[in-house]
Amino acid sequence: MSKDDEILRILEDNARVSDKDIATMLDIPVEEVSRIIKSMEEQKIIRKYKTVINWEKFGREKVYAMIDVNIHPERDRGYDSIAERLMRFSEVRNLFLVSGMYDLFVLVEGNNMKEVAGFVAQKLAPLPQVTSTTTHFLLKKYKEDGDILFDREEAERQPISL
Amino acid sequence: MSGIAERVRKVPVSGIRKFFDLVLSMDDVISLGVGEPDFITPWHIREASIYSLERGHTMYTSNYGILELREAISEKVKESYNVEYNPENEVLITVGVSEAFDLAIRAVVNPGDEVLIPEPSYVSYKPCTIFAGGKPVIVETIEENEFKPVVEDIEKKITEKTKALVLSYPNNPTGATLGKGDLEDIADIVREYDLTVISDEIYDRLTYKGEHTCFSSLNGMRENTVYLNGFSKAYAMTGWRVGYAMSSEEIIEAMMKIHQYSMLCAPIMSQKAALEAVTTGDRDVEEMVRQYSRRKKILVKRLREIGLSCFEPDGAFYAFPSIKSTGLSSEEFATRLLEEEKVAVVPGNVFGSSGEGYLRLAYAASHEDINEALNRMERFLTYSHD
Repeated sequence: MSKDDEILRILEDNARVSDKDIATMLDIPVEEVSRIIKSMEEQKIIRKYKTVINWEKFGREKVYAMIDVNIHPERDRGYDSIAERLMRFSEVRNLFLVSGMYDLFVLVEGNNMKEVAGFVAQKLAPLPQVTSTTTHFLLKKYKEDGDILFDREEAERQPISL
Repeated sequence: MSGIAERVRKVPVSGIRKFFDLVLSMDDVISLGVGEPDFITPWHIREASIYSLERGHTMYTSNYGILELREAISEKVKESYNVEYNPENEVLITVGVSEAFDLAIRAVVNPGDEVLIPEPSYVSYKPCTIFAGGKPVIVETIEENEFKPVVEDIEKKITEKTKALVLSYPNNPTGATLGKGDLEDIADIVREYDLTVISDEIYDRLTYKGEHTCFSSLNGMRENTVYLNGFSKAYAMTGWRVGYAMSSEEIIEAMMKIHQYSMLCAPIMSQKAALEAVTTGDRDVEEMVRQYSRRKKILVKRLREIGLSCFEPDGAFYAFPSIKSTGLSSEEFATRLLEEEKVAVVPGNVFGSSGEGYLRLAYAASHEDINEALNRMERFLTYSHD
């Protein structure tokens, strides 16, 4: 595995590991680590550093809906023009073009159900290319972006073993 | 007069016990004293076992273990080390390598036979030898020789009673590994004195530099060797208790006899999990090895930064730094470090008298815990001796 690859894996798992520690892990100078990271930031391979937050635990209830959208594609531009329009709404967290019964999969975030319903009714459904929408309100998150989100009883190791 | 048999009575209870109780009585201890992975068994392996239970696989298996598992292990060993063992009668599935070691010793040792054991080493070789009526003969290894057994030192301990030599590399607790050349030198004296080698290679996959060499892959060594391995370390499966022994039909049959009349067979649900591990677990192992390797470098570097000399461990998941410069004994250091800084490590003398002056620190722990434990150790070193 290349150094670049290793650095990406380390940061993907924990973005707060210091350059110095990465350098030790990979047996390369810290300057080289900084240079590789900077270069990958410039190439937008590393897009940004974020934090996985359990907002519910913090006490902020957010409402999410996953919306299946059917689209009438435009000549020459296919689905791109409607997608470009939709992705600009800050309420839209994820937007994917998918195969199957529907065309677009939209994840919408709002502070309450009314806000989300309002977005669908006012912004999304009335678009001329949109032929139908099916809204699924999210009831519980179990796993998000590879992270299991609820606290489980973790297996305990014996504190000392030989 | 004690009702306990002489040879059991003379083996002391593990010295780590009171230390263990002390750790349990304290809160917020960071432990680098653990001899097992901090990963949970990968889900697909657990799931395979659950599925086998759902299908009602709750019976005894063959005394040798499930044939499919023996075949898969045999295939894997051939692929990795180019040694062939017939899955029908040269492979035995055991309840962990611990049982396999006990069986091997009992199968080959007559009362009074001597068994050479390099130390520092894992704690069960000596007691098992005594329980089997054999006499453990210690070959000390030292840091100056990278904790490798020196052929001349082994040779000096050989008498006409010497029956077997125990090898356990990569080594717990030192992290030492033996390269092909080292092993070939040992093979020469094994040949000369016609010894049986019991080679515990449980940490084979956790080798960070160079390639692991399986002792029985050396020219002519297959017939002299009982090769032991298991699933605990590589696949994070300590609690499942599955290991295996591979050797000549004669030795495996002898071991199987003891196993048959004492253990009967390894638990079927564990064998099913092991089958999943050996057939599809390579990616998990690679990922865990990558993580251990990174943590090892952090730990060893920090140990040296805080002023402890540390032998470069190329295998297993332990560092074995020297604390001789502090003037404290291993036990004093470990006890005070625990009481004063709440960091648990294992005193090196537990692994034999040549481990005195050392500590065993496991890096099967999170990056954060390793850093915090080392910060506390650094503070401890500033006031613990002057």
